[in-house]
Amino acid sequence: MKALGRIAPWAYLALMLLFIFLPVLVLIQFSFQGGLAPVPPFDGPSLKWWAKVLANRKITDGLTNSLLVGLGSALVATMLGFLAAYAMARQKRRLSAFYQFLLMAPITVSYLIIGMGLQITFNYLGISKSLWAIGIGHVVINLPLTFAILYAQLGEHQANIERAAYDLGARDWQVILLVTVPMLWPGLLAAFFIAATLSWDEFVIAFLLSRFDVTLPVVIWSMLKSGLSPELNATGTLVFVISILAVGVVEFLLWRSRRSNV
Amino acid sequence: MPKTKLPGLKSWGHAPALAWTLLFFVLPLIAMLVMSFSARIDGKIELTWTLDNYRAFLTRADGTFVGALWNSIEVTVITTIVSVLVAYPLAYILAYKIPKQWQRFALVLTVLPFWTSYVVRSYSWLLVLSENGIINQFLLWSGILDTPVGMGNSRFATVLGFVHFFAMLLTLTIYANLVQIKESYRKAAADLGANGFQAFWHITLPLSLPGVAVGAFLTFVLAIGDYITPQILGGSKEMLLPQAVMLQIGRQADFPLASALSMILMLVITAAFLVFAKRLKMERV
Repeated sequence: MKALGRIAPWAYLALMLLFIFLPVLVLIQFSFQGGLAPVPPFDGPSLKWWAKVLANRKITDGLTNSLLVGLGSALVATMLGFLAAYAMARQKRRLSAFYQFLLMAPITVSYLIIGMGLQITFNYLGISKSLWAIGIGHVVINLPLTFAILYAQLGEHQANIERAAYDLGARDWQVILLVTVPMLWPGLLAAFFIAATLSWDEFVIAFLLSRFDVTLPVVIWSMLKSGLSPELNATGTLVFVISILAVGVVEFLLWRSRRSNV
Repeated sequence: MPKTKLPGLKSWGHAPALAWTLLFFVLPLIAMLVMSFSARIDGKIELTWTLDNYRAFLTRADGTFVGALWNSIEVTVITTIVSVLVAYPLAYILAYKIPKQWQRFALVLTVLPFWTSYVVRSYSWLLVLSENGIINQFLLWSGILDTPVGMGNSRFATVLGFVHFFAMLLTLTIYANLVQIKESYRKAAADLGANGFQAFWHITLPLSLPGVAVGAFLTFVLAIGDYITPQILGGSKEMLLPQAVMLQIGRQADFPLASALSMILMLVITAAFLVFAKRLKMERV
């Protein structure tokens, strides 16, 4: 009984890891499929679908567009989120609770509704569907996250250090650029990369707000509609690898900043 | 030259973000609300302050829309409950059984597929669930099944895809909560004679409920509004509300009806928010 109690957690952990990684591993395996059938049985390994993916203009264009929208919208979301977090954390207002509610509200509304609302509004205002429109939508969905992440890091400890800088004669902009921003650097980077990762992979808003220039998830969606293929598996694996690289960068930066702070 | 002092960032920093939210979030919601009271007359959309779109939701002869709402609520509630039950032990093991220096690594590893493409992740389950897929092979090999069963295109597949994604999200929120509970509380319980289960039931579990509430709320909201997973994994056998909305936009370009359906979806989400609201709090570290 005792032994069971000791083994059970590890067995559960192993089982959950299997569940969590199963679809990803199967996907990666079948990106190296040899034949035409995208589904089991496996008859690879072969690199031919990877070659096809990298030579497919639609996919590489989608990839570039996705990266542009992801990095651009993440930059805007992080900047707006930082400014808001700083102002909200450093000055009490009568309407603080309401502002905070408003800034966080988009997180509770599904992407589909946000995308459709923007589609109707842009249509009415005569703004055409484009990568810019998608970017605007992605800032809306990522702003609550960047705001929350940065707001959580602007506590009393940081406020004290800022006060010390003021006492030593620093001006407003000096305190922000030379004290606050460097202190928040890991948080800023984490917010940026999380926003970029969520944006470059977002489908519904990108689908509703794009026409000619489309992002990678929309390309994948249209490939999916014309039937499963090993090319799709390879494209999915490519998306996975890029996302994991971004997560790896964030983890490394956070790990380094923790080490240098301790 | 007179020195004018610019007002500090503290006093206006929140303005751009609020303006963005008002312009690109609140305004579109209002536009959609107005749209839901409009009608299509000869292919043109005109604001007539009609309730026809909401009436269509309730009285559509085949019950498609009310049915879709029920399907959505059922699938989402099942998803939320199963995800919490699956994720809680995992978060507990990560927080208390894994040595401190390995925790971060284990956590990142556990939620790694969280960062893969949402569309691709849903679609990967089709490979796993297909008739030749690994699950069928296992069931045949172990003798549980005699003939392979295609498991895609079903409510089961939709829930499975959802649980896969949201178990990772819940693991994150519950873990973050568990590691904040002071060890001394649990030690005190043990000193006072509580066994492991009693300490968990009376101390750890109640203190970890905020993490569960945040995760469960996010799961509910994101799952009920999701179009991708039910469309890819659930197929066309039963329709969920977001699929009904997309159908109105895509094939029929019926924005008034789609808006009305979205407003009903918003109503459900708001109700869920009010249920969870007491337990949701934003804190600064």
